[in-house]
Amino acid sequence: MKKKFSRPQSLKDVSTHYCSGCGHGILHRLVAEVVDELGLRDKIIGVAPVGCAVVAYDYWDFDVSEAAHGRALAVATGIKRCLPKNVVFTYQGDGDLASIGLAETVHAANRGENLTCIFVNNACYGMTGGQMAPTTVVGQRTATTPWGRDPGSGEGWPLHLSEMLKDLNGVTYIVRSSVSSPKQVVKTRQYIKKAFMNQISRKGFSLVEVLSSCPTIWQKSALESVKWIEEEMVKEFPLGVIKE
Amino acid sequence: MKNSRQQKRRLMTGNEAMAEAAVKAGCDFYAGYPITPQNEIIAYMAKAMKQCGRAFIQAESELAAINMVFGASSTGRRSMTSSSSPGISLKQEGISYLAGAELPAVIINVMRGGPGLGNIAPSQADYFQTTRGGGHGDYFTPALSPWSVEEAGELTVLAFDLADYYRNPVLVLADAVIGQMMEPVSLKFKKVFKKNLPKKDWALGCLKKKSPKVVKSFFLKEGLLELHNLKLEKKWEQIKKSEQRFSTYKVKDAEILIVAYGSQARMAKEAVDILRKQNINSGLFRPISLWPYPEKGLRKTAEKLKRLVVVEQSLGQMVDDVRLALPEKEVYFLGKTGGGVPSTLDIVKFVKKQI
Repeated sequence: MKKKFSRPQSLKDVSTHYCSGCGHGILHRLVAEVVDELGLRDKIIGVAPVGCAVVAYDYWDFDVSEAAHGRALAVATGIKRCLPKNVVFTYQGDGDLASIGLAETVHAANRGENLTCIFVNNACYGMTGGQMAPTTVVGQRTATTPWGRDPGSGEGWPLHLSEMLKDLNGVTYIVRSSVSSPKQVVKTRQYIKKAFMNQISRKGFSLVEVLSSCPTIWQKSALESVKWIEEEMVKEFPLGVIKE
Repeated sequence: MKNSRQQKRRLMTGNEAMAEAAVKAGCDFYAGYPITPQNEIIAYMAKAMKQCGRAFIQAESELAAINMVFGASSTGRRSMTSSSSPGISLKQEGISYLAGAELPAVIINVMRGGPGLGNIAPSQADYFQTTRGGGHGDYFTPALSPWSVEEAGELTVLAFDLADYYRNPVLVLADAVIGQMMEPVSLKFKKVFKKNLPKKDWALGCLKKKSPKVVKSFFLKEGLLELHNLKLEKKWEQIKKSEQRFSTYKVKDAEILIVAYGSQARMAKEAVDILRKQNINSGLFRPISLWPYPEKGLRKTAEKLKRLVVVEQSLGQMVDDVRLALPEKEVYFLGKTGGGVPSTLDIVKFVKKQI
């Protein structure tokens, strides 16, 4: 019988440290599957973020560099300019990409760096214990918004990074999906593939935003988390192609 | 008609010489952000690197620049950035990461007055920041300080070799006088450190038939960071043993020794000559490597002397290292701050007062 499903070659055979219900496991696998499918394992270079996915290199079986908090796209820029034939991507959370690293994000996108950015949006700072992120939705309780995010009290509104970037000339492709259902997972895989293919054909900057769950910080079960993405998060961050 | 000697020499600023030397040393990647008084470096690199088909980026900030260097360095390519004092403060996080991940890189600091925005006048007040690490964590970065335009170029070439040899970021610490002044230079920048530099088999980007490479400074499991830092410490010990650099001037019969580095050493040298004309046998000890501090050379030079004078464009930073190296000697300090430069005559006057 023909084998239909197995662990991607680009994913190490180890257990991850992620909490149950966390979206990183699914996303790591999707990236690895696409890397295998496109035959990129010997030329892909990932840049891991600061945050829960900081040890992504323990799970991916290809070259990976770390980056200081927020600086993944600067590190990726340095790598790509030196190795233009390699395929380089960053894997970053919302705090990393949209807060501390906002300048690097905007300018790498604006320079039209031929890079792929995977933006994992879980509306909070997971690793540091669940503080407010730029993407925290209005009313969401976090460690630093104990009564729920209140724009009126100076906490600001959720930052729509993908929409912010779409008008930059250097940006080729921006899309938003989620990992909240099998259908969305399949779509996310297609988006990631397209984003890598854009880089291979030198089309410039591509970003795939993925709404992902953080059951531990959200204090919800895995199922409730999925429901929260589909019922609450997507209201603030509508899914679909933002720029193509 | 120019003779051949003239044709080989060019009038350049220290900033331009360091940039040209970097190109000559095979720098593949430069990222920088404008700040006075080192803007000639970024402008020179913008032109020269593009002409050579190498990578140049005007980054959006110092943070981005140093982290681009981190990325470029992780591919094994020779990488450099440059800045001045407030910009170097911003780069410190990245320098700490480079040291932690054992990535070679050259960072040029053309010092200006501080703290804060300070001014754009010459200063040597980043000595502590440079020689004590500057960023977070247990690490040191070799630091070289030129006193002429020619040497600014030579030390930049040396910095690339040291960086590759030890897998460590290396700083070239010039002051604004060196960065801005013009002198004829040979453009040879010959001093090669070691011919057989280690192979960069840790670099990212070529997985074929090899296991994946990871560039990181993160060691979460208990005890691992300690092991890593002890490994780094061994490297520092090796650097401390092998890379102490200095030069001396008229020290053989000196009764009083002046210790100064960078542009200040130029003034101290002139002071030595003036003092000698007044029958005061003085000499100059000039550290070239500020880290590791050339303590062995200093102790040997000052062996029979009772008194030393340290001159700096700061309120006194290197003087601590002189006192540490020579606890039994009388060490006097002359310094100026905020862009002030102790003049040759200031030094002469000060030395005479100590005798």
